[in-house]
Amino acid sequence: MTPPTGVAAEAVTRTAPASRAPAVRSLWSEAFRRFRKHHLATFGAVVLLVMVAAVMVGPFVYRVPIDEIDFRAKLKGPTWAHPLGTDDLGQDLLARMLYGGRISLAVGVAAMLIAITVGTVVGAAAGHVGGTTDHTLMRLTDLFLSLPQLPLLLLLVYLFRDSLKRVLGPEMGVFALVVVVIGGLRWMPVARLVRAQFLSLREKEFVEAARGLGAPPLRQVIRHILPNAVGPVIVAGTIDVAAAIIAESSLSFLGLGFPPDIPTWGRILFDAKDNLDFAPHWAIFPGTAIFLTVLSINYIGDGLRDALDPRKVMSSRTPTPDGGAAAVGAPDA
Amino acid sequence: MSRYLLRRLLIMIPVLAGISLVLFTILCLAPGDPFEELATNPNVPPEVRANLRHQFGLDDPIPVRYLRWFTSMLKGDWGFSFVSRIDVGTLILQRLPTTLWVLGLAQLLGLLVALPVGIYAAVRPYSLFDQVSTTLAFIGFSLPTFFTGILFILFFSIYLDWLPFIYRADISATGWRWYWENLRQAIMPVAVLGLFQGAAMTRFVRSAVLEIVRLDYINTARAKGLSERVTILKHVVRNALIPVVTLVALQIPGIFTGAVITEQIFRVPGIGSLLITSILANDTPVIMAITFVFSCLVVVFNLVADLLYGWLDPRISYR
Repeated sequence: MTPPTGVAAEAVTRTAPASRAPAVRSLWSEAFRRFRKHHLATFGAVVLLVMVAAVMVGPFVYRVPIDEIDFRAKLKGPTWAHPLGTDDLGQDLLARMLYGGRISLAVGVAAMLIAITVGTVVGAAAGHVGGTTDHTLMRLTDLFLSLPQLPLLLLLVYLFRDSLKRVLGPEMGVFALVVVVIGGLRWMPVARLVRAQFLSLREKEFVEAARGLGAPPLRQVIRHILPNAVGPVIVAGTIDVAAAIIAESSLSFLGLGFPPDIPTWGRILFDAKDNLDFAPHWAIFPGTAIFLTVLSINYIGDGLRDALDPRKVMSSRTPTPDGGAAAVGAPDA
Repeated sequence: MSRYLLRRLLIMIPVLAGISLVLFTILCLAPGDPFEELATNPNVPPEVRANLRHQFGLDDPIPVRYLRWFTSMLKGDWGFSFVSRIDVGTLILQRLPTTLWVLGLAQLLGLLVALPVGIYAAVRPYSLFDQVSTTLAFIGFSLPTFFTGILFILFFSIYLDWLPFIYRADISATGWRWYWENLRQAIMPVAVLGLFQGAAMTRFVRSAVLEIVRLDYINTARAKGLSERVTILKHVVRNALIPVVTLVALQIPGIFTGAVITEQIFRVPGIGSLLITSILANDTPVIMAITFVFSCLVVVFNLVADLLYGWLDPRISYR
C-alpha cells in the first residue's frame, strides 16, 4: 500500500480502488507510469497495437481478395505483387493473414472475456458466501483443472461442430463453439485468484465499514471488493488472451478448427505444413504472426503484473518473483 | 506412507468418476446417434434398428447408461473401435508406450534445461546470463509447439538434412543401429516438447530460488563456512523445488496438449495422433477412451507430484 498523501484522505472512503493509492485517476496513471518502465512490455504493447491496427484497417487498405485463385502465381515467395507470397492455389497470403488475424485475435479476446467472467463469478461466490458453496465450487474448480484441455477441446468440437454449424452458419458456429469451449476451460485460475482476494478483502476494515453502513451483500461485492480484486484478474486475463490464441491456432493447426475458407493463422499453418520443403514462407509468416502476438501479450502481462501488483508499488526494483502469475496461466501448447 | 498412498489412491476414484461424468454428460448432450448410419441405411429395417438399440441399451435412462459405461470402463472393457475393428483397449495399449516414452524424455530434457539455468540465473540476478536466459525462456514459452515443430523440420530436416521428420515405429535395423535410429527420430519431437516445458519451468525455478536465496538461513549457511556449492544445492535448491513441483503439477494437463500436437507434426504413433485420426474418422469409442486415458494420466501424474512433494519437504506429514 502506498502511504496516501493527506489530500486524498476523503477520496479513500469514496472510491473503492483508492484504498491503494490517493485517487482513481492517479492510481491508473501511476500504474501506467510503472508499466512504461517495463521496456519490453511497452514494446509488446506497441507491437500488439500495430498488429491489431493492421488486421482492423489492413483489409480496407490492402484490397486483394483472400480467395482469388491464380495458378500462375502459386507457391511464390514474397514478390511485389504478393508481399508475403502465395499458397498452393496462388491466393495472396498477406490478404489471408490480415483477414484471418481478425478472427485469431477476436477468438483470443472473446474467450478471455468468458474465462474471466465465469472465473470472477465462481471465485466471488466461493469467496464471499463461503461454507458449502465454497467447498463445492472449489472441488468443481479442481475437477476442471485436472481435465486435459486439448483432448477435451477436440472432443467437444468433434461432437458439437456440425449441429452448431447448421444453426449459426459455418463461420459463426465454429467461432461460438471455439470461444465458448476455450473460455469454459480456462476460468479456473481466475476463480482461484478471485476467491483468494475475496477471502482476504472481505475481512478488511473498509468492507466492514460498508457492511456496518448497511450495504447489501451484492453492493459490498460489486462496489467495494471487486474493484480491489481487479488487478490480478487483469493480469490473468491478459495471459488468457495469449493462451486462447494458441488454443485456437492449435485446433486449426490440427485441421479441426475453422474451415479452410476462413484462414485463421493456425489454419494457414495447417495447410502449409505439407509443403514445407518448397514453400517455407507459407508456414513462416503465419507462425511468426502467432509467435509475435503471443510474445507481446505475454510481455504486456508481465508489465501489467509489475504495474498493478500493490506489493510492488513501493519499490519497482525489487526482484520479481513471477511464479505466482506463471501459475495463473502460462500458455500451454 | 503406505497408508497415505492408499488413501490417495482411494481419492482418485471419485475424481475419475467426476471426470468420467463430465465426459459422459458431454457425450449425451451431443447431438447425433451412434446408430445414425444405420438409420439412414435403407437396407436396415426399422425393427432391426430398434432391436439393436434395445440390445445395446441405448433406450435406457441416462443414469443407467452412465453406470453401465463407467463400470465397464473400470473392468477394462473399453468397447470396440468402429474403424480399426479391434478392442479399444488393445489399440490404446499399442500406442500408449510411445506417448509415455516421448513425454518422459521431454519432461526429463525440460528439467535438465530448467534446473541448472534457472538456479544459475537466480543466484546471479540481473547479470547478463540472467537477462539472456530470462528472455530466452520468455520467447520459449511464447513459441507455440506447432510452430517450433515446423521450424525444427525446416532447419534440421530440410535445410541441414540431419534428422528424419517422420517417426517410424517399424525400424527394420537391428542391434545398435536400431537404438541409434530410434534415438535419432525421437530427437526432434522430444526437443520441441522438452524445450517448451523447460522454458516455462526455468521461470518457475528462477523465481522460486530467488525467493529462497534471500532468506536468513542461507546467510547462516554461508556464515558457518559452507561452500557455495553446498549452500546452493543442499540449502537453497531443495526448498526452492517445493513450489516448483506444485507449479509443474499444475502444468501437467498442458503437457498433453503439447503431446497431441507434437505427435501430429512428427507423426509419432502415440495416443495423441490416434486421437486426431479417430476424430477425423468419427470413431467415437476410441475418442472417448483416449480422452479418458488422458484424464487418468493427469490424475496419476498429480499423485506422483504429491508424493514427490512429500519427499522434498519432510515437514509435510502423510496423514
